[in-house]
Amino acid sequence: MALLTATPALADSTLPPADFANTQLRDPAKEARARDLMGTIRCLVCQGQSIADSDAEMAGDMRSLVRQRILAGESPTDIRDKLIASYGDYVTYDPPFNWLTAPLWLMPLILIGIGAWLARGSFKRRRG
Amino acid sequence: MKRGLIWLPLGMFALIFAVVAIGLTRPAERTVRSAMVGKTLPAFTVGAIVPGKPGLSNTMFADGKPRLLNVFASWCIPCIAEAPMLLRLKKMGVAVDGLAIRDTSIAIRAFLARNGDPYERIGDDRQSAVQLALGSSGVPETFVIDGKGRIVLQHVGDIRADDIPEILAALEKAK
Repeated sequence: MALLTATPALADSTLPPADFANTQLRDPAKEARARDLMGTIRCLVCQGQSIADSDAEMAGDMRSLVRQRILAGESPTDIRDKLIASYGDYVTYDPPFNWLTAPLWLMPLILIGIGAWLARGSFKRRRG
Repeated sequence: MKRGLIWLPLGMFALIFAVVAIGLTRPAERTVRSAMVGKTLPAFTVGAIVPGKPGLSNTMFADGKPRLLNVFASWCIPCIAEAPMLLRLKKMGVAVDGLAIRDTSIAIRAFLARNGDPYERIGDDRQSAVQLALGSSGVPETFVIDGKGRIVLQHVGDIRADDIPEILAALEKAK
């Protein structure tokens, strides 16, 4: 019984979602731009999801912020850069190329190179 | 050369095994920390939420005195646990300002009446806009701001008794 009446430790607020959290922009072009950006921003609470997918209150507030800024005429790149300034690169699913992310971008190329080298070796042997 | 290569798969297996074992025994820290630490507060102005207490703006922090900016909410359970620690800091002469996330005046007044009121000013951050600009990813969080309005420390989660020395040290250093 105590379990049934207990409130969850990480409660949500009682306020309704922010203005543009679940409301699309009237202009379809702007909404499309906002939606593209929202798909590439990480939800900070449920970190495997983008803010477009997440039901967390904070993700709602972030969607609202993205839509409001798009409506105000800001470019998606600027909005993304501002979020990166607050939270670091982890907030975006489109990581920039730097020394930390270099293995992420270069490893596939290196692996293909190794694969090609191995394949060449085994083809040669078969011929001989 | 060929003799040596035969050990390569086993070596790779051992390497992957070690990586997984380390990951299992020491899970990575998942807190998203603010990238604003060491930088000046972002520009913001938010209204008051409690009668008799002013709202908040970034310019208020550049008055020469280091202060705490506590991101909290009446609906946040760890904030209740943290309240006595903030009161203790206030008694030590620390200036504490609050940023109320997604809250109402009635709920905040009830929260302060029940848990004590360490705040000089409380800003009303209804849609978490200031919280997002600060790089805070939850409640409660506490930022130490130096006299020039620069963020010098971010404390994630509720302040416990053993966190107080670290916060006092940061405040002292920020003078």
